[in-house]
Amino acid sequence: MPEKYHLKTRPVPPRGPRLGKHGVVDWREDCARCHNCVKKACVYDRYRQEAEYIRNLSQVEALFFDCMGCFSCVQDCTKGLLCLSLNPVYEALGNSYWKPDIIKTTWLQAETAKIPVSGAGYRGPFSGPGFDSMWTDMSEIVRPTRDGIHGREYISTVVDLGRKPPFLAFDGRRLAAELPPLVSLPMPLILDLSSPAHTLPQLDAVLEQTAAMTDLIAIFDARRQPASEEHLRHIAFYLAPDSPPVPPAVLRKTRLVEIADSPALAQRLKAIKAIHPDIVASVRVELTPTGLPRALELAGWPEVEVLHLVADANGNEIGAQPPRFLKDMLRQVHTALVEKGIRDEITIMAGGGIALPEHLAKAIICGADLVTINLPLLIALECRLCESCEPGQPCPARLETLDPDFAVGRMTNLIAAWHDQLIEVMGAMGMREVRRLRGDVGRAMFFEQLEEETFGKLYGTRTRH
Amino acid sequence: MAPEPGIEELLPRNTLKTRVPQETVERVTRPAPSRYRNEIAKYLVHRSQDCRLCGKCLELCPWQVHVRKPGYRYFGEPRHHLCIGPACKKTGHDCVTHCPQKALQIRENPMYPLLGDFRWSSDLILATWKMAETGEAPPPAYDYNYECGNSGGGFDRLRFKFPERPPVVLREDEIDTSLLLNKRDDGRPKLRIDVPWYGGGMSFGSVSNVTQLSKARAAVAFNTFTCTGEGGYMERMRPYDDHVITQVATGLFGVREETIQRVPIIEFKYAQGAKPGLGGHLLGDKNTVSVAKMREAVLGISLFSPFPFHSVYSIEDHAKHIEWLKHVNRRALISTKVSTPTDVDMVAVGSYSAGSHIVHLDGGYGGTGAAPDIAKKNIAMPIEYAIGKVHRFLTDEGVRDKLTLIASGGIRSAYDVAKAIALGADGVVIGTAELVALGCVRCSRCESGRGCPRGIATTDPELCRKMELDWAAQRLINLYSAWHKLLVSILQRLGLRRVSELRGRTDLMMHLDYSNDVAKTS
Repeated sequence: MPEKYHLKTRPVPPRGPRLGKHGVVDWREDCARCHNCVKKACVYDRYRQEAEYIRNLSQVEALFFDCMGCFSCVQDCTKGLLCLSLNPVYEALGNSYWKPDIIKTTWLQAETAKIPVSGAGYRGPFSGPGFDSMWTDMSEIVRPTRDGIHGREYISTVVDLGRKPPFLAFDGRRLAAELPPLVSLPMPLILDLSSPAHTLPQLDAVLEQTAAMTDLIAIFDARRQPASEEHLRHIAFYLAPDSPPVPPAVLRKTRLVEIADSPALAQRLKAIKAIHPDIVASVRVELTPTGLPRALELAGWPEVEVLHLVADANGNEIGAQPPRFLKDMLRQVHTALVEKGIRDEITIMAGGGIALPEHLAKAIICGADLVTINLPLLIALECRLCESCEPGQPCPARLETLDPDFAVGRMTNLIAAWHDQLIEVMGAMGMREVRRLRGDVGRAMFFEQLEEETFGKLYGTRTRH
Repeated sequence: MAPEPGIEELLPRNTLKTRVPQETVERVTRPAPSRYRNEIAKYLVHRSQDCRLCGKCLELCPWQVHVRKPGYRYFGEPRHHLCIGPACKKTGHDCVTHCPQKALQIRENPMYPLLGDFRWSSDLILATWKMAETGEAPPPAYDYNYECGNSGGGFDRLRFKFPERPPVVLREDEIDTSLLLNKRDDGRPKLRIDVPWYGGGMSFGSVSNVTQLSKARAAVAFNTFTCTGEGGYMERMRPYDDHVITQVATGLFGVREETIQRVPIIEFKYAQGAKPGLGGHLLGDKNTVSVAKMREAVLGISLFSPFPFHSVYSIEDHAKHIEWLKHVNRRALISTKVSTPTDVDMVAVGSYSAGSHIVHLDGGYGGTGAAPDIAKKNIAMPIEYAIGKVHRFLTDEGVRDKLTLIASGGIRSAYDVAKAIALGADGVVIGTAELVALGCVRCSRCESGRGCPRGIATTDPELCRKMELDWAAQRLINLYSAWHKLLVSILQRLGLRRVSELRGRTDLMMHLDYSNDVAKTS
């Protein structure tokens, strides 16, 4: 059995107060001093903890601590003095795509490295836009046509980045041609560049270390200096059109390089391969209205081994109105490459809008080989996407003073939790190879299709979109 | 339920020896008010210091919101939860307008929107509480929308097309809501339940024994069933044996031949809708002394029910399992509980061919136990899709009338029961609705630490004491009674004499998101 991918995790508590969804408003002035105080009976002991918290911290939001919203104190107080409220700070987290519950669950995973678990069934909307309009399949009573359910230790999440030949040619007992270089990663995830708004110099070292800790690769802007040479194996330099060349000695210690699409792309690819023939070259293509045709064109270039397709932070097509969503664009690219007969030859990385571990699995089902993330890693550091990252503006997450131990621990925890959840989803499907999940839409069910099969036939044309 | 003829011949000798007298429970509704001092209300009534204690509000209010105890001069705290809010203005009983001192105010309770979620809206929870308290649907004046939730799809967008006048005028007592569970002619008992639902499997461990016993009593009162779940068979359940389904799941916790022989229905649990393909998981905190003893497990460790049955990798293996159970208990019906994969229709037909009497489809909206959030939201299709898919496939295969199709995981009201049946199910299994009736607020903390803070889904001895058995059983009887009346009313308005006539009648519904211009029948 191959060695299991196992990340060392440890609890990494937040630096600030934990933000709860609920808070209890306490109208103390009318208290009857009845001595039956329901606060003593709080199952979660929150009142005592909250008092301790407030003593230690000056922040107002500590008042809205970690109430679980069970209403027990509200309903049992002799005078009815307690009232539950939605924490306004919680409501203000994130934005329309990165909703408060995404931020909260990311924080939880970054703290504990555990899979979020709850009772009482699914509470959310029936379906939604983007990745919420598909469900992954599961294997009920396993049939011979399926892989069979294996123990989780047998599920492999390894992916290979690089160009694969369509067939192998042999000269006698030896391969007739050299195989192109490949990079193997233990899970289908790459740590992407931070968006310009969130680029903080202090994050560079943290991302490098996290990539090394998790045996993954972080994409690193070549215009800046990596903090440590020992992590170069876990760095892929990103060459923007105006980036200076990476020193050959440094480049040769890396395995993957990413180049922005530009008119000079062919020459840059050639130059890099001349320095380091075994490096795997990825081309970053922004998913604008011209992005997809360009990606399909680049897929035919033998020098392009990996295509990194990047949507905006919310997974939408850039500069299009109305925009297509990442999942639909991935399906389109994947299908087109399958039709051209070259899908297996090129690796596709997808980025933008990957906010939850289910998005990782769903993007792969839609046709990506692996995904890239940046915002979830930032959120792991308690960022709340308040978009006030201007110099001189106070950062609620205090990202300007990052303790590397804290930051690497939180990011590693998050990646470990995502890995475990990918395995859960694959286990339910009866899959033991994430490579086989790529483009396998038979392992998913799509809202539009199910609606048409179930209700469209009965009730006519869908009028709500 | 009266024992079927010949039970002495059918029951194994050892089971007959250990059989205990069976309890009877009256199907009577009685008031069972909330066990909490302050009920959560939709509206709050505020009496200012300008009140001159004239008592006009007391005379006006037909809902008994205002309270002045005999012999007292001052008013007590209003019964906020009984106030119907601004709708009262149209009735002439509006205390706010008629108060000579303008000392009264009514406003929406700021806590109200915090109760509930997309599936279980605040209105649905409060309406379920009212039903559990009184045995009746809430009066229309309260304007609770308990026909659906706010999930934006599935049941919540389906509506019945009630004709202005029913095609056939029926009295309530003419309408039959019973459901035949054994449609196979295999010599096994033709069990019939009085309502087209039974209680879902909640193991001892995931819920308290008070919860389990109250479900059993309600099942006896309505001649239906409750299910043990996969946590063993409590000795205290034995007086209700004839209304109990025992579950055989992959962990085989507490499963013994003797327990299998006690019951009229045995349920094979392959998967749960809340965690399809992942198996069951009781967190260590809930594995208390009594749970560990019942499950014959080590105290405090997490208990896993793996997925799948490692002895079942094909329908043929499934058939062997069923044969085993049929051999052990010669009178039992077999139910197979599965979740909703894309080929759920094939699974259902396979289960029929393997010998199941009931196929139970479990969707992802239910469940008291711990389930990964990623599984609940993403794995397997919503139950609304699965019901129709299976119904059509069974019909096409010519076996629809030989199998009972049960749907669960998201049945919140009598309307959901009717919609599930109209989509193609024969009946439903309920679980969360029962817990809400017992006072659940859906805080979703059933799985962790000491368990449910409301004392429902917990085995913590102190928390369990929050609920009395008699009260809990009465709440469930009241809920069942209200649902039964609502279901009868739905059938009456549609002019259907039997609930079985509703099965597959998608033509009696419309979908709010569609043009509804396709003339279709079942």
